[in-house]
Amino acid sequence: MDVLDVALRLVAVLVVFLTFPLLVGQTEHKVMAHMQGRVGPMYAGGFHGWAQLVADGVKFAQKEDVVPDGADRRIFQLAPAVALLPYLLVLIVIPFGPDGGVGQEIDAGIFFVLAVMGAGVLGSLMGGWASANKFSLLGGLRTTAQLIAYELPMLLAAASVAMAAGTLSLPGIVESFEWWWVPWQIIGALVFFIAGLAELQRPPFDAPVADSEIIFGAYTEYTGLRFALFLLAEYAGIVVLCGLTTVLFLGGWHGPFAEDGMGWVWTLLKAAILAFVVIWLRVSYPRLREDQIMRFAWTTLVPLALFQIALTGVVKVVIQ
Amino acid sequence: MTLAAAHPGFLSPTGVEIVFVLVGIATLAAAVVTVTTSKLVHAALWLVAALGGIAVEYLLLTAEFIAWVQVLIYVGSVVVLLLFGLMLTKAPIVPTVPRGHPSYGALRAEAREAADSGNRWPALAVALAAAATLVTVVVDAFRSSWIDVDRSVQGSAGVTGEVLFQHWVLPFEALSVLLLAALVGAIILSRKGGADAGEPAQGTEPGQGAGQGEQPGPTAGREEQG
Repeated sequence: MDVLDVALRLVAVLVVFLTFPLLVGQTEHKVMAHMQGRVGPMYAGGFHGWAQLVADGVKFAQKEDVVPDGADRRIFQLAPAVALLPYLLVLIVIPFGPDGGVGQEIDAGIFFVLAVMGAGVLGSLMGGWASANKFSLLGGLRTTAQLIAYELPMLLAAASVAMAAGTLSLPGIVESFEWWWVPWQIIGALVFFIAGLAELQRPPFDAPVADSEIIFGAYTEYTGLRFALFLLAEYAGIVVLCGLTTVLFLGGWHGPFAEDGMGWVWTLLKAAILAFVVIWLRVSYPRLREDQIMRFAWTTLVPLALFQIALTGVVKVVIQ
Repeated sequence: MTLAAAHPGFLSPTGVEIVFVLVGIATLAAAVVTVTTSKLVHAALWLVAALGGIAVEYLLLTAEFIAWVQVLIYVGSVVVLLLFGLMLTKAPIVPTVPRGHPSYGALRAEAREAADSGNRWPALAVALAAAATLVTVVVDAFRSSWIDVDRSVQGSAGVTGEVLFQHWVLPFEALSVLLLAALVGAIILSRKGGADAGEPAQGTEPGQGAGQGEQPGPTAGREEQG
């Protein structure tokens, strides 16, 4: 692998990182609007308001970057980068096509992905604490509690699919995928997707940023570009979560005509459908209360994930 | 880890070795700041830097799997749990008055005073003794082993799994029983704290036991899962 190849791959990942979250965001604008009987943004850019998020970005860049007087300046300023960068790192290792269609193949890719995604929550924590604002601190605490609760089922579900495939490498998992894995791993898939939603603080698990209770949680004091970076992190997180669920549980590039070099279309299509589901859930579900969120993780998702692991183990032994 | 026929020596270091030493120095510096800073949350964040540095060292030694597990368990879970605990305590954080305020300096000094512990020197002695013991033992144990970082990956998931579950299965199982005991113990401790309503069972955070005692079962258990 020469330098040019590596540079090209990294540039491609960066482009995906900068465009896909915006695509998801714009889709959310329009899909939410239509589900609610509105039309959403219609003017920016002319055709159905396609440039609305670009306009939003310009607006954010123009705003003053305020750091509260009592805030811990450096940590406050560092937090958005800590929240955003892990998703960029994760995107590098998510495979979208067969035969090297991945930024960089990593031997223990599934561990890398989960480890780095877990580290991203430090950004919200740092922002929540450093803002010197009680709502921010409450948001940070809720974020932490939620992360601690939902990382376990997420890990267990991922472990189940790694057991099924017999490898920790993400491309390796997709390569050994068979269609009957979908019913076999369906519980794990649901647990993984729901836990991922909770880690991203997406509705119905958005109590850490519940506007009617604690303003905007850890992000209350942020303005301008730093606020935009936190928002970008959320949408980059959606892209990463949908990509990962596709790769781990839905067979990635497998599908009709996948052999003719159309595999990457399948990956993108499956991820896009999942992103649509994420948006759909936001429109259709009310926010869970904080204690409901905790109880759901510990009494529903963890036992389900453990059951999935047991099922995977039994089936794996039987078919061998 | 393989025993090389000829020891390559420490003169004329390779690029990896230089990077290893530099990352090691940065890690050590972060660790020192962790225990010397007066702001508790800063200490936890410097701990993230130190643990991340150790993960990089593992990577440089081609122990990829261990490196990711290090990040996943320590940075992603243990430090997050630690921060959660710190945020629940009334830690001496930044003064509540703005920077230019007349009493800012006094409040800041007070906060530093509160963060100081009288056990500073015994703690230093214990830390130095522990470090000396560990360094002596590790250096003595691995004096003659040499990892060829260029030739093959010796810490991949496959290799680690084989070593762990073929040669070291008994210690592994003993450790898992130990962790299970710790998990059960944590649940029992937290139950007791909840029943007494405000009596801190932990005893380490006076006055904050009630806040932590309400629902620590899951959070306390999470650490042991790691």
